[in-house]
Amino acid sequence: MCLGIPGKVIGIDGMEATVDFFGVRRQVRLDVVDEPVALGDYVLNHVGFAIRRIPESEVAETLKLFEELAAAADEQDLLAADLRAELAATQESKK
Amino acid sequence: MSAASSGVAELKFRDPGRARELTTALARLVQGLHRAPVTLMHVCGTHEQAIARFGLRSSLPPGLRVIMGPGCPVCVTDLGEVDEGVALALQGVRIATYGDMVKLPGSSKSLADAQAEGARVEVVYSATQAVELARASEEPVVFFASGFETTAVTTAAILLAKPPANFSVLSAHKYVPPAMEAVACLPETRVEGFLAAGHAAVITGYGLFEDFARRHHTPVVVAGFEPLDILAALVKLLEMIRDRDYGAANAYPRCVTREGNRHAQASLWRVFESADGPWRGIGVIPNGNLQLRKEWAALDARRRFRIDVSGLQQKARSELSRRCLCGKIMVGLVEPTDCPLFGRECVPESPVGACMVSSEGTCKIWYQYGGRPDLGGGT
Repeated sequence: MCLGIPGKVIGIDGMEATVDFFGVRRQVRLDVVDEPVALGDYVLNHVGFAIRRIPESEVAETLKLFEELAAAADEQDLLAADLRAELAATQESKK
Repeated sequence: MSAASSGVAELKFRDPGRARELTTALARLVQGLHRAPVTLMHVCGTHEQAIARFGLRSSLPPGLRVIMGPGCPVCVTDLGEVDEGVALALQGVRIATYGDMVKLPGSSKSLADAQAEGARVEVVYSATQAVELARASEEPVVFFASGFETTAVTTAAILLAKPPANFSVLSAHKYVPPAMEAVACLPETRVEGFLAAGHAAVITGYGLFEDFARRHHTPVVVAGFEPLDILAALVKLLEMIRDRDYGAANAYPRCVTREGNRHAQASLWRVFESADGPWRGIGVIPNGNLQLRKEWAALDARRRFRIDVSGLQQKARSELSRRCLCGKIMVGLVEPTDCPLFGRECVPESPVGACMVSSEGTCKIWYQYGGRPDLGGGT
């Protein structure tokens, strides 16, 4: 539950952003993140909220673990399940 | 140990050379301290998941113990708090809560038991979804909210965003730093350093731990969740112990800063205040609970409803729950495999203690990833 999930901002509408998570588009809220978020930025998200803008130089390193977990199919894998829950916490994208 | 049967992923580091450097450094540092075992504690269920999933303890030198402390917010949710949720549900109030909370035992019933008796309990993945349930109807919806500061800031955000009048919050949110304080004060734990949770520190910043480290002569290092992140943080922690450097360091700079997310901190403390409260199995943690400030009374389920838990609290604890060692596990005094119930009477399908209920509980993590996720390091 404290894992968080990184994704790329592909749309912004007020306090909501459309974020691409490994190919899945979802809506997240921008109430909690402290820095201005722009299109193309990567953000770390927790229970449907962006909590941190990830500096561009750090993006590749941050994504590695998550890509591996996103590919894990084992139902018993708690870390991978946590990632799926984080995705479920985001809202369906209207676009 | 077979990876397929245990669920433990085969340990493959992204950069084997770097991993070797780090594990060699760990061995050298532990040896140089001339006292074994050296015990380090992390306070994050996600760290334990990563350590267990990647079988990381097998890479630790003998004489280095890495144990999990009170890092599972659902596990430390007190019986009395569950009773409040159950009582409200049985009174006919619709409850929205995170999935792990549903099976969590109260004094005599869980929310799942209440559900079986006809109460309406809905699982949500976010505070926003709880608000949406309220928007979709006229009846009261209570969000039974759990989680540490990282999750509490999102509850704060939805309250600040003016939820509908039929929405309110029953807060079981907890604040980690006071629990670290409590563990550091236990003479029998002998924790020499703490790994702080990466994503809680995204919010609070690592500077928060400087005063704690100084007072307890116990360094704190913020760690990320990659196996290499965790090894690097352990190396940093042992170096600080060796140098008697009782401060806080950041081994997760790609997500954490010294100051943290100030905007989120301001929102958190606008909505919540810390209060003394019991943590399951551990006892009263001074300032360990996050309760709504009185300005938010209209959205505070405890002030809005008369919650009568008396009918739930009279039952004596069962023989099984008396034998459960969750409390001692959560402060690092014993390990899940020391508990006579682990994997026998207590399994994820029928958990006795909270540590087997939540996916962040030490027992559930060890059970799911194949018993004791430790192939050598430790004792």
